[in-house]
Amino acid sequence: MQKTDVLVIGGGLVGLSIAYGLALLGRQVSVLDEGDDAFRAARGNFGLLWVQGKGYGMSPYAQWSREAVALWPRFAASLQADSGIDVHLRQPGGFQLCLSEQEMAEESRRLLWLREAMDGGYPFELLEADQLRARLPGVGPTVVGGCYSPMDGHVNPLKLLRALYAACQARGVRIVNGQRVRAIGQRASGFELDAGEQRWHAGQLVLAAGLGNRELGAQLGMDVPVSPNRGQILVTERLKPFLHYPTTYVRQTDEGTVQLGDSHESAGFDDGTSSDVMADIARRAVQCFPRLAEVRLIRAWGALRVLSADGFPIYEASRDCPGAVVVSCHSGVTLAAIHALRLAPWIGGDYDEPGVAAFGLQRFSRNHEVRHAG
Amino acid sequence: MNKQTVDLIVIGAGPAGMSAALEATGHGLSVVVLDEQASPGGQIYRNILQADARSRGVLGDDYQAGAGLVAKFLQCGALYLGNAAIWQVTPQRKVHYLIDGRAEVLQGRHVLIATGAFERPMPIPGWTLPGVMTAGAGQILLKSAALVPRQPVLLAGCGPLLYLLAVQYLRAGIAIEALVDTSGRGDLLRAWREIPGALRGWRDLLKGLQLLAELKRAGVRHVRDARDLRIEGQAQASALSFDSGGRRWTIPAPLILLHQGVVPNTQISWSLRLEHDWSEQQLCWIARRDSLGETSLPGIFIAGDGGAIGGAQAALLEGRQAGLAIAASAGKVDSRQLRQRLAHYRKALRRQRAARPLIDAVYRPQQQNRIPADEVIVCRCEDVSAGAIRQHVALGCLGPNQTKAFGRCGMGPCQGRLCGLSVTEIIAEQRQVPAAAVGYYRIRSPLKPITLAQLSTETPFTQEPL
Amino acid sequence: MPAESVFRALGPADQTVQIEFEGASLSVPAGVSLAAALLLSGVTHTRESAVSGRPGAPFCMMGVCFECLVEVDGQANCQACLLPVRAGMRVLRQRGAREFLADGHAEEGADE
Repeated sequence: MQKTDVLVIGGGLVGLSIAYGLALLGRQVSVLDEGDDAFRAARGNFGLLWVQGKGYGMSPYAQWSREAVALWPRFAASLQADSGIDVHLRQPGGFQLCLSEQEMAEESRRLLWLREAMDGGYPFELLEADQLRARLPGVGPTVVGGCYSPMDGHVNPLKLLRALYAACQARGVRIVNGQRVRAIGQRASGFELDAGEQRWHAGQLVLAAGLGNRELGAQLGMDVPVSPNRGQILVTERLKPFLHYPTTYVRQTDEGTVQLGDSHESAGFDDGTSSDVMADIARRAVQCFPRLAEVRLIRAWGALRVLSADGFPIYEASRDCPGAVVVSCHSGVTLAAIHALRLAPWIGGDYDEPGVAAFGLQRFSRNHEVRHAG
Repeated sequence: MNKQTVDLIVIGAGPAGMSAALEATGHGLSVVVLDEQASPGGQIYRNILQADARSRGVLGDDYQAGAGLVAKFLQCGALYLGNAAIWQVTPQRKVHYLIDGRAEVLQGRHVLIATGAFERPMPIPGWTLPGVMTAGAGQILLKSAALVPRQPVLLAGCGPLLYLLAVQYLRAGIAIEALVDTSGRGDLLRAWREIPGALRGWRDLLKGLQLLAELKRAGVRHVRDARDLRIEGQAQASALSFDSGGRRWTIPAPLILLHQGVVPNTQISWSLRLEHDWSEQQLCWIARRDSLGETSLPGIFIAGDGGAIGGAQAALLEGRQAGLAIAASAGKVDSRQLRQRLAHYRKALRRQRAARPLIDAVYRPQQQNRIPADEVIVCRCEDVSAGAIRQHVALGCLGPNQTKAFGRCGMGPCQGRLCGLSVTEIIAEQRQVPAAAVGYYRIRSPLKPITLAQLSTETPFTQEPL
Repeated sequence: MPAESVFRALGPADQTVQIEFEGASLSVPAGVSLAAALLLSGVTHTRESAVSGRPGAPFCMMGVCFECLVEVDGQANCQACLLPVRAGMRVLRQRGAREFLADGHAEEGADE
């Protein structure tokens, strides 16, 4: 029987950020992760730390994202100190390039709504084509305009995952790989579960297993409405640095390669690629930066976003199973800092965290009622 | 747009691909053969149509035998598309390729993967220095450009192809500095005793011995049981040092050709997510297929060395067999003929394959030349060392996809062709588990780099007539 | 600049073509791959790794290893072993990451 104080199920960006945050508070944490060929949104994402446009229609999410990116420098420094790994955090602001008047109008509308919802605390600029070209050399003639926000940035997502791994271990977190959790049972003293050949006992349980949270949550009587949304990403050969700001369609990494993406599909649990979507992404990239036309694509992949029913995070402390917490989001990179530095303390029970109030599971239930205080 | 569907798309124009095309067209199927080379022949009969008499004399009888096959293939009615680079094959049998700088896509009712083999990586210290190439590269330069080493050449490694190249060079009047053999007489004796039915391999083994005898007669220095190989040099290769016969040798050479066998080119089969089994006998991955060559994806077949290393004769038979099976599934073969011919192929293949276990055992590459020391670069595209991979395993990575995420090993344009087998074995050895438990890279499209412009302007294949 | 090559031709070439490598004019046999032509001309390394600067040269000659990357007529990262030589080819070593000149003119967009 393996015993641990807190058991985190899921060794991706969400699980490891929380484990790290709990370890910083001195808690004894173990993380269970699957094998080499698991889905792993943590490995397939674009690396954006993105605020602009998020939380349209749900301003607490806009607020949460803003606060997350503000915490990132402290988070990155802590990871570097504990792991020795530089995750290449850059927060120079980011651009949403708009390829049609309609897109420009829609983005502008969202951003103006968000500014108002945030009482003006929401910096961004709407740029016409010539203003955009002055800021981003090489932007193509069919780009009608863009939205810039100084809140946005990017990071190397694979170095982030590796840094989290190493930093967690440096802080005493036990990470066990190749384990698939089977059965979870509640006990008076906590939780017992079977994973691989081992049996675990934990005082507290964090479900951070991405798409696996649906099945795991069900074992604890929770309906966790998450489903896969596929994004395909293309990566080019290395280029000398030319793009110093992240954009939603095109981002140059610290390695010099250029990532191209932002597709959305309902493809079930299929993380493959398809040449038609790849061609769309390529076309869009060439519209953004025509000089990319002759650049070679080296790799492409699909990855499954963990999308909740309304697209916003889920932070639920189970009332039927006290001690179990469900965490789910599709912006695990942006939110990593706030997961480590504010969500983890809330999970640890030490701090109240008003920021999570809007993200409970009850918002999905048919008879949604306003929560009463107390 | 023309939506043409071909009965059979053959990928590769070596012996397996050409025989399959001959068989299938013989039954009236429409066939397109896509080949990355400029002219048919694969690697074994590379450039055979352009080879003059002198080259053919140098390259030997087995090479000559290919000329007739290639000539017949070009007459058989299959459409041959050379200089075509495949970048994606889908389970629904769409084949995406680049030709003349254009991206095209072709739909097949059946697809035959006949991609052949490439050299097993030989990651020894210094192997990335300029002046070091594979024996296969030496042979390609000989066949397709009539280029030979200017000074006495050093050959190192093991396997019949290494001896063949040495003999080919001799016949071309090239001096050989030394043949540094990582195998030895002990391997032969041990294998002979241990392999049941070892006698079945005697013909192939005899061929190898005859080649060695020719080298001996010519006075070529042949050093056996070489260990701890290291290529010396700063900006370029200058010498090979190694242990043999109880002492350390250093042989100066500006050109060193390495070889320790060939392995199946499995990029397409992995990209299709087909099941592969690890062969401890051949130290490589073998795609699962039935006795006729069909994989678990309906209509997708594999024939020849691209499935499992079996040599040219086995490839010819497998190609014929697959072509026949495909024609039969299209209703073009009467059942009695089918039964007879399949029985014939089964028997002939059994004979051909019987020799393999002995060859594999005698020329088994040494572990130290497959699983190198920490300092040796394993991933040439991203300059990742064996030591870095071991560090990632120590951190918790279980397999090559995790080590790829942590260290970029396998992320370059070769997409694991040169490092994949090494990485699987390094991780397996570090974790003390079988290679089969470690797995292999997730191979993704594009299999070959494609520009964004090409990708955006892909068109369906529209050549007439088919 | 090319030194004496480690390779030589078995016999004289039927035809030759002129290509350019790093600004120097080379006379090479017609009908061979660019990689073969460069090796014959004494070129010892064709690229410098974008990761470490390590010099790379043709290794497998069959399109598998991607060591023989060169820039041909302005297009970066071409596999020299898969390209036949062509008269007037301008070839440069692939020195690390590819150049990307972002300051395009209005007419650049019209190219695609």
